[in-house]
Amino acid sequence: MAASDNAGAPEGAPAHPSPTTHSSPAPRRPSRSPLPGGRFAREGSRVGQVVKIGLLGLFTALGVWAVLPLYIGENWLGIGLVVAVVGLVYYVYLSKRSVPAKYLVPGVLFLMVFQIFPVLYTMSTSVTNMSDGHRGSKEQAVSAVESLSVTRTADSPEYVLTVATVGDPETGELVFLLTDAEGDARVGDADGLSDLGGATVEDSGKVTDAFGYTILTPAEVNERSGELEEFAVPTGSGAGIRSSGLSTAYEGRALRVYDESCDCVTDAETGDVYTADDERGAFYNDEGQRLPQGWQVNVGADNFARFLFDPSFASSFFSILLWNIVFAVAVTGLVFVVGLAVALTLHVPKMRGKVFYRVLVVLPYAMSSLAMYLLWRDMFNTDFGVINQVLGLRIDWFGSVWGARVAVVLANVWLGYPYMFLVATGALQAIPRELGQAAQIDGANPWQAFRHVTLPLLMVAMTPILVATFAFNFNNFNAVWLLTRGGPLFSDNSTAGATDLLITYTYRLAFNEATAQYGYAAALSVMIFLIVSVISVTSLWRSKALKEVG
Amino acid sequence: MSVDTVRTGPARHRRGTGTRLSLWATRLGWRHVVMWVVAAFALFPVMFVVSAALNPLGTLSSSQLWPTGASLDNARDLFSNTPFTTWYANSLFFALTNAAVTVLLSALAAYAFSRMRFKGRKVGLIGLLVIQMFPQFLAIVAIYLMFSSIGEYYPAIGFDTRWGLLLVYLGGALSINTWLMKGFFDTVPKELDESAQMDGATHAQVFFRIMLPLVTPVLAIVGLLVFISTINEFLLASVFLRDTEAKTLGLGLYQVVASSRNANFGMFSVGAILLSLPTLIVFWFLQRFITEGLTSGAVKG
Repeated sequence: MAASDNAGAPEGAPAHPSPTTHSSPAPRRPSRSPLPGGRFAREGSRVGQVVKIGLLGLFTALGVWAVLPLYIGENWLGIGLVVAVVGLVYYVYLSKRSVPAKYLVPGVLFLMVFQIFPVLYTMSTSVTNMSDGHRGSKEQAVSAVESLSVTRTADSPEYVLTVATVGDPETGELVFLLTDAEGDARVGDADGLSDLGGATVEDSGKVTDAFGYTILTPAEVNERSGELEEFAVPTGSGAGIRSSGLSTAYEGRALRVYDESCDCVTDAETGDVYTADDERGAFYNDEGQRLPQGWQVNVGADNFARFLFDPSFASSFFSILLWNIVFAVAVTGLVFVVGLAVALTLHVPKMRGKVFYRVLVVLPYAMSSLAMYLLWRDMFNTDFGVINQVLGLRIDWFGSVWGARVAVVLANVWLGYPYMFLVATGALQAIPRELGQAAQIDGANPWQAFRHVTLPLLMVAMTPILVATFAFNFNNFNAVWLLTRGGPLFSDNSTAGATDLLITYTYRLAFNEATAQYGYAAALSVMIFLIVSVISVTSLWRSKALKEVG
Repeated sequence: MSVDTVRTGPARHRRGTGTRLSLWATRLGWRHVVMWVVAAFALFPVMFVVSAALNPLGTLSSSQLWPTGASLDNARDLFSNTPFTTWYANSLFFALTNAAVTVLLSALAAYAFSRMRFKGRKVGLIGLLVIQMFPQFLAIVAIYLMFSSIGEYYPAIGFDTRWGLLLVYLGGALSINTWLMKGFFDTVPKELDESAQMDGATHAQVFFRIMLPLVTPVLAIVGLLVFISTINEFLLASVFLRDTEAKTLGLGLYQVVASSRNANFGMFSVGAILLSLPTLIVFWFLQRFITEGLTSGAVKG
């Protein structure tokens, strides 16, 4: 506490009163060591200054570290941003004004970059057709179409190939390090060929070391062989370089060539003409067949319209939405009832073993919920699960629609009620016991006294908690994904499951399907946001939270 | 019911054992019965996971509610067949660092919101509430796309790295927790920091030496909540950490039972208990703050 803290006030000043004693002035303590600086120093303590300079120095170093790769990649906008942020931090911490900003900047910077920016990015992605096959620009799609149709011709030049990546060997972008017959090494990526400086080339033509690239071992190349087959380096005017095996590459002619005058791609082998469709972001021929490489285009509200009006998508969207609401309401309601009932049972003076019961009852809340979901999943196992074993049943819990739903709700009640019990216990203790007793003396039975006196008082404290619990369960990804992964899938529609919440559905569309549908998944995220905010705002409107701000 | 039944009557002073017993049954007895039922419901999964962890056969099909043996084979398998220690270290790294930094960032912001009046304060506070409706994991697609390109420039914070995921977690540092803290800061009398400032203390000294020691309970509760939610976080981690070595314990356990559900159940059970251990420990040490912290937020509304 401040009163006993040695580093409190400057010499001669009264010691800081503690909150419990601040009504009675503390005695003067001239013997205390003075605070460095005191009232005449505007800069605070020397230690503080040193820490501040140290942190600013560290931050500058971070800024330099951040600029270097951007400079190599010639990303001037990125450099501008980094410089602006470093400048802002310097301004905030070196100027005498803007004191609140000194406290807000660290948290707000993180919030901006890793929450607000992703939210805006989600919104802008939600109006595009971004998905596998529609990731880049039209130019990228054209060069991919051309270079992937490259075939070997009689006079094709050959190269010695070294496969490398930018960054991580498993996930980094693939590049080809190519050594031609003269022994000159160059680097080729999805954008084309460029010179390779500072590389070590063996006599065989293999590159063993190159600045900025990670050379892959044969095993690592093998792991990415699928990508390798679809990788080609465009070399302009309908030519490109493709790999042939793991250590040679050849430059050949493209079968499919883009012609700007007709905005179309002609296939030299079949004679098919694929015309660009800028609304759908792909090349289509007369029969309506498309080339797999497309580009990202703005589709406006199409993604939203799709799950609102397209019959097949709308039916799964609305059935998931309905179950999502039912799930959140059921879990919140049951958790509240069970938690409150337990709290009321223990809410009695002089009950033996109260602490013991409390510890046992709170135990599920203190366990790791992630591990417990996985545990419950196996407890519901049809053949070996302990639930069927103990009850002597043979229910296929996760195989049937309602079995899975009951199981998901049950597991969540187990995990959720201790929290409600804790909150309800605290709220009950704040309500004077005499109120209920007075009602009973006036002739109310215990239920009436509870229903009309205790419960309304309790709800004042519990309503915000219930709203928060509802909002949490509405998006409770772990609760469903770790138990059922959203399944069982409806037989008529392969993407929607019986226990799917909107968030698990979004996750599956973006990360667990054969072709990732980022644009559509982002549109679903925006829909969830709209639904949750409508529900929360209407319910919070009545509570005082928003009015208290001033 | 919360209300004691008050019995009055002429026989009050001369009750027999039978009456006393029935009185006990109506007042307290049924409560004990209810509590035993609830405790059984609360305990049986925990008992099952403990007995499965000790089960010498280590399969789901041979696991019973009651322990059938006591062997450490499952623990040995877990340590030798999986990178368990790396997973555990990763989990603790994320949980501890995120909790510590979040508490610091949140307390800094709460101090500004509670003690200073500035332009944009109201907007900032309401904005924090609004952004809660768009939790980070909803933006998972954007975060994924964002880090696909960040990883190209900075492999050190790309996918499969600790720092990248930690940065994402820290994006959620200012949240409803800041509100909770601000509410608690508001209860500390303003005279305290005003008198310190009169004595020449700078705003930073007031914050670190006067405010922080006084708001320890709310720092503890926020730290606990962040710790628990980070150690149980699955969605963001599963998109970020795909390499086996980079995984957290939760993701690792998911993989252990995903590959072979029946056979690895013993190993999973040991892991589940060990994953719960840190949360149990923080709970034990912070229990006196828990009810207080949770309900102070509740009553404030």
